[in-house]
Amino acid sequence: MLHTVNKSPFERNNLQSCLRLAQKGSAVLLIEDGVYGALSGTAVSGEIADRMDDISFYVLGPDIAARGLGESPLIEGVQVVDYGGFVDLVAEHEVTNAWL
Amino acid sequence: MKFGILVNEGPFTHQASDSAYRFAEAALAKGHEVWRVFFYHDGVNNSNKLSEPQSDDRNLVKLWSELGQEHDLDLVVCVAAALRRGIKDELLAAGFRISGLGQLVEAGIQADRLVVFGD
Amino acid sequence: MSDEMEYQGEVVKRFMYVNRKAPYGTIYALENLETVLIAAAFDQDVSVVFVDDGVYQLKKGQDTKGIGMKNFSPTFRALNDYDVEKLYVEKESLEARGLTAEELVVPVEVVGTEELREIMAQQDVVLSC
Repeated sequence: MLHTVNKSPFERNNLQSCLRLAQKGSAVLLIEDGVYGALSGTAVSGEIADRMDDISFYVLGPDIAARGLGESPLIEGVQVVDYGGFVDLVAEHEVTNAWL
Repeated sequence: MKFGILVNEGPFTHQASDSAYRFAEAALAKGHEVWRVFFYHDGVNNSNKLSEPQSDDRNLVKLWSELGQEHDLDLVVCVAAALRRGIKDELLAAGFRISGLGQLVEAGIQADRLVVFGD
Repeated sequence: MSDEMEYQGEVVKRFMYVNRKAPYGTIYALENLETVLIAAAFDQDVSVVFVDDGVYQLKKGQDTKGIGMKNFSPTFRALNDYDVEKLYVEKESLEARGLTAEELVVPVEVVGTEELREIMAQQDVVLSC
């Protein structure tokens, strides 16, 4: 399953709930304000880093760039994709679940 | 692959419609089929042809309308959500149609993937 | 995953509706419930999950007269008539909010996070709201 998260983890609990209910082997794509969760060195970085062995993490590059974070270091292991990569991720996983 | 797309927010307030549009564009560019785009909740406002953003801003209603016509997409606006918000046939931009929620369930059944954008 | 069952010649998929938002503050809970009823009318295999603030949708004793909005909580009791029988509430979400299953308008299956994870992984279409 591919999970998408579009909320900042500093404002809402979408990322936390997604990580709580995401199965081992699933993928999480951070988009829109969700991309703030992909940055390293924040108060919530550990939540993703702790699941890196279980879950594949991706972040939408255009949303990172738009927010002035293009040069900011990401949590190690988080892969950057563009919209084409987003489409590929949806195609590769049988179900997509958007944590709105 | 056949994609269904659900848009739950209107233009401008949330990024959802922009993200859905970019996703649809990218899917089509990769040769996938966008089987239906369903507009629900405030998403019905994406169909309002009276929307008139400032000239230096993107016009989401026009973008969806043009993408829909260019690729012959089925752009469906939920009737119950639309009537609640004053969206009627005479307000629809070209390429949109109003129909029932069953069209969303049908998209879930018929499409290989259903991708949701919202708040 | 997507091993679709054939039902009277029509495709039946497992639809899961995940409710994460409280009622009234936004319209999502109400309009999501409308979708659940329609999916059931299409003879799909529907389950409805309540996690996070979604559990507040089921709180007994809702009285909306003072805010001028329609109390839609009785509709959850009608889901059974639509053959929507799989209602799951996450135990952790319920406990975090100091609620018990006895305080809910409708009988539900209270499941732990681990079990809910398994149930969610078996779906064909997941719609969270």
